[in-house]
Amino acid sequence: MNGVIKKVEERNLRTDHPQFRVGDTVRVYVKVVEGEKERIQAFEGTVIKINRGGNRTNFTVRKISYGVGVERIFPLHSARIDRIQVLSHGKVRRARLYYLRGRAGKAARLETV
Amino acid sequence: MLTGLIGKKLGMTQVIDPATGRIRAVTVIALGPCTVTQIKTEPTDGYDAVQVTFGKRKPSRVNQAERGHFAKAGIAPGVRSAEFERRGEGELKLGQAVSAADVFKAGDPIDVSGVSKGRGYAGVIKRHHFAGFPGSRGTHEYFRHGGAIGNRSFPGRVRKGLRMAGQMGNEKCTVSNLKVVELLADDNAILVAGAVPGPDGALVTVRHATRPKTRGAIVANG
Repeated sequence: MNGVIKKVEERNLRTDHPQFRVGDTVRVYVKVVEGEKERIQAFEGTVIKINRGGNRTNFTVRKISYGVGVERIFPLHSARIDRIQVLSHGKVRRARLYYLRGRAGKAARLETV
Repeated sequence: MLTGLIGKKLGMTQVIDPATGRIRAVTVIALGPCTVTQIKTEPTDGYDAVQVTFGKRKPSRVNQAERGHFAKAGIAPGVRSAEFERRGEGELKLGQAVSAADVFKAGDPIDVSGVSKGRGYAGVIKRHHFAGFPGSRGTHEYFRHGGAIGNRSFPGRVRKGLRMAGQMGNEKCTVSNLKVVELLADDNAILVAGAVPGPDGALVTVRHATRPKTRGAIVANG
């Protein structure tokens, strides 16, 4: 990759996030703008995918909300993320946990480390 | 100073606005420095323009005519030369280096020209977004065709300009009204919102927009 592009990408990387991996349960505190006000909303779930690539890194969090699976993709270095809290580490054997989509309830649990 | 400069498309990436968290796709263009090779004036050339050159070429790869032309300006031969009109204030003389910061600033609407990526001899689906034919229900060996190209004995010919298969890409292409997101003066580079023609490493000319949108799109893109 060209040096200038690398420089542009490395400018606003956030170093304040804790380390987490695929399979971990995290709580992401997202800044939400409602009209004039800004407040913080938490999204808690399992990390099923991390797409790495400098400042383009993003990760997908999956949770079950009122019986419906919800997945949200967050850009890791976004200023809209207030902070990330790692709740538990899951033991998984693959990088993309798409198999969780076909499972519900007890079957969708992950072994914790 | 000048209406534009020659540059090299370095590639694309994303930038995140630290305040809003807004992500936008940008193209990084190494722009200039371009060296003035010739100043054309109304009395001698019939019009006013400034010819500049970009990059470096071995003198042994330059033909004698060009070598003489560059020698006249007292500069090393460049890879690509182009003419631009003058714009605004600023003295220009032969051999002077013009950098990105001299010509552009963040927020400027620009037009970017380059040679688009070649797609070769492409069919009508790729080239003109034709819909093709059904994959089943009786279609026989006729999936990506364009269909009929004419009528009957009247008019007895194929009408002009009918869209058909042919060479796609590898032609000059201009994208208008892009926006300079940021000027990297130290690196002689600009970040442009959106995509520009050609592969990474391609030479492009960046000009101030000829038909800038006064309101609307540019403002809306913030």
